[in-house]
Amino acid sequence: MLCEDEIHPSRRAILGAAGALFAWSFAPRYAFAASGRDPRLVVVVLRGALDGLAAVPPVGDPAYVPLRPGLALPTSGDGAALPLDGFFGLHPAMPNLARLYRTKQAAIVHATATGYRERSHFDGQDVLESGQPRPGLTQSGWLNRAIALLPPGERIAARGALGIGAIAPLVVRGPAPVLGWAPQGLQQADDDVARRVLQLYDEREPRLAAALRQGLDTSRMATASGLGALRPRSSPADPEGMALIATGAAKLMAAPDGPRVAALALEGWDTHVNAGGATGQLATRLGGLDRVFAIFEEELKPVWRDTVVVVMTEFGRTARVNGTIGTDHGTATVAFLAGGAVNGGRVIADWPGLGANRLFEGRDLAATTDLRAVLKGVLVDHLGLDARPLAETIFPGTLALAPMRGLVG
Amino acid sequence: MAARDRLDAVLAGRFGLGPRLGDDPAARRDVASALEREMARGGQLPPGAGALPTSAAALALNGEFQPEERRLAARQERETAEKAAADAMEAARRAGQRPPPGYQPPASRIFRDEVAFRLRAAMEAEIGFTERLVWFWSNHFAVAVAKGEQLRLTAGAFEREAIRPHVHGSFRAMLKAVEQHPAMLIYLDNRQSVGPASRAGQRRGRGLNENLARELLELHTLGVDGGYSQADVTSLARAITGWTVPGRFDEDAELGAFFFNANRHEPGPKTVLGRTYPDAGRAQGEAILDDLARHPATARHIATKLARHFIADDPPAELVAALARAFARSDGDLPTVYRALIAASPSHPEPRKLRPSLEFAVAALRMTGRPVDPGQALFVTQLLGQPIWNPPGPNGFPDTDAQWATPDGLKVRLETAMTFARQTPGAANPLAILDATLGSACSPATRQAVARAESRAQGLAILLMSPEVQRR
Repeated sequence: MLCEDEIHPSRRAILGAAGALFAWSFAPRYAFAASGRDPRLVVVVLRGALDGLAAVPPVGDPAYVPLRPGLALPTSGDGAALPLDGFFGLHPAMPNLARLYRTKQAAIVHATATGYRERSHFDGQDVLESGQPRPGLTQSGWLNRAIALLPPGERIAARGALGIGAIAPLVVRGPAPVLGWAPQGLQQADDDVARRVLQLYDEREPRLAAALRQGLDTSRMATASGLGALRPRSSPADPEGMALIATGAAKLMAAPDGPRVAALALEGWDTHVNAGGATGQLATRLGGLDRVFAIFEEELKPVWRDTVVVVMTEFGRTARVNGTIGTDHGTATVAFLAGGAVNGGRVIADWPGLGANRLFEGRDLAATTDLRAVLKGVLVDHLGLDARPLAETIFPGTLALAPMRGLVG
Repeated sequence: MAARDRLDAVLAGRFGLGPRLGDDPAARRDVASALEREMARGGQLPPGAGALPTSAAALALNGEFQPEERRLAARQERETAEKAAADAMEAARRAGQRPPPGYQPPASRIFRDEVAFRLRAAMEAEIGFTERLVWFWSNHFAVAVAKGEQLRLTAGAFEREAIRPHVHGSFRAMLKAVEQHPAMLIYLDNRQSVGPASRAGQRRGRGLNENLARELLELHTLGVDGGYSQADVTSLARAITGWTVPGRFDEDAELGAFFFNANRHEPGPKTVLGRTYPDAGRAQGEAILDDLARHPATARHIATKLARHFIADDPPAELVAALARAFARSDGDLPTVYRALIAASPSHPEPRKLRPSLEFAVAALRMTGRPVDPGQALFVTQLLGQPIWNPPGPNGFPDTDAQWATPDGLKVRLETAMTFARQTPGAANPLAILDATLGSACSPATRQAVARAESRAQGLAILLMSPEVQRR
């Protein structure tokens, strides 16, 4: 109980939000289908709104560099963007993703967004994960409802979905059984939440601000000098924490009778201040995400060819740099698909352009690809769901929005 | 915000445990009457108390408080249970199933049940004045489980048996219940204290232990500047020799319950603070306790501690004097003192105290509507420097901001806030929680910081770290 952040794959069936205790080792074991396809799907939610223009910069768009003084990446020399297709580059903190892209195991969707056009994180994440047209409509996620639609006894459904975190992400909560796993112990608070609390204290509570600042500094020093007794407790907003939860999820999924579907959330993408360019806080987190891809590839090696990892975020960020060398809440952004089952090696984008008259509401990258079409495409081609229920119960009200086919296989 | 609403918010924070998600905001009005209602209910035990063992029953699980034949049988039972648990775990491991929990010794089980009971009472309380008082007095009359298994077995029972029944009663009655409780007698070693001239002392050459007598004067009654001397300490120690808890090696009596052992009692009159008490056996020490409870230094000491706990680290002298007068005039009637404290509240309209760690943890749980996980609460309060029933010494946990507003303390608070927030179901919007709990008592700055958070969890963590939640 008092243990630190350790992974206990053997102590596996702690139930998340769904209600009753459910251990997959007690679930009936169905023989694998003769066809041999045994798909795995991981959904990663990036909370805080990833800056798609920083992760996958449109280096070929003439408006890109002028919009982003202090943040734009060069195409050559130190800190250059990694080349993708000539028009788009990849942030240099993501060499694993670049490698997967080159070997056609990763695809990137750009200028994409859900149907949500406001700029609230909470509501945006609700729409992203619930699959509903508006926030606040259901307490279940599209991934869970998709699993619930699979025929009973089907091996994905039979093993339940895995929700990582003390409370599983909304995308995986719902009527289908949810297995849960979370790193033990207190998690280290990330710099962003610390900064926000310090800001709140600075005016009214100078003593608390001073103490908290000092505590955070000490903890950083302790971490840097590797003091064993003061082992850092990582958070899902720093690379160590990201690696920890990805490793936990991957090890559980790697078990022969483990869950086939998992969802986890990585945090800290709300880069309003000093986002940084090739290095800096966003680069650090992108590096963490890059390692997450490598962890899944390594841990799921025997089944990697049947695996898809989907990375999505609630919306993008402003095209222009703001007054604190960061970006504010925006609209369209990127989504990543990685895995041996992905039909990769391409950036899928109907590029709207970054010219002043092309920006959504004069400030954001415009959305030209509905993220739900991408997700529906994955569910059709990877899990074998039918288009009609997808448009009715999983992503309600999207009959007119065709699944994007050919992303998998 | 109307002045009356503001006063209600201050009273509820200052004397309660923080707003609960799901409570009718109307219930947070007229807090002064709600405090009166809690005082009127007196020392009633919260539901669930009946299922917990008395301190004597709990101590009977400890080898030292078992007759020889029972002790041998108990050892065998324990070994059987340990082996069965280990076998079950091994079988589960081989079958690839979730292992069952391992063997849990009775002391751990009872301790955890007691912690769960204490936390449940705090979660179920409407305002929580009684629970706050229970914690205050438990800290004033501190015992610590670090002393050993016997304290682990009895710390919770001590609070239920000696503190709770008296928090809305007389200080004198509480003092006597505490100093004669097995947990206190074991914790401060009076159990072993023997009058040198008593029959047992003469026979076995054992002697006095001053520990309880000293702390009784320094911490429980007069205070360190209360005007007593070393001679008073020794004299009091002699007067309470024989106040003990019989175990296997003691003379016949009920094992594990308070017992006055006349064979150990130092004969003769004793002089404490200039007054001489004739030898009357057990009643001699009780008479001294009664006078200590009435002593003006005790009134000042208690008044200072109450004012420091509820109002400010450095309370104004007039307030302390007013409370001490209320204590003295009512002969230590605690509700009279509390009423003076409540009446003084409007003169101190700003929350000045940082919530001590346990109060913070409970306030956060009440605010987010999370069920209590006793294991996690123990873990968190330990990290936050306030492990339940385990203060660093008999002086309890310090009661000033300086103790809690430490760099590590604040950092761990932030981590706790983030951990709690991540464990709160995502359905709840932090702004909705803010509205349903703090309501109009929330500052625009806090509301804005919560509204701008990057995720619900982050917004909730900021709310839990806000001055409105941290201070009371």
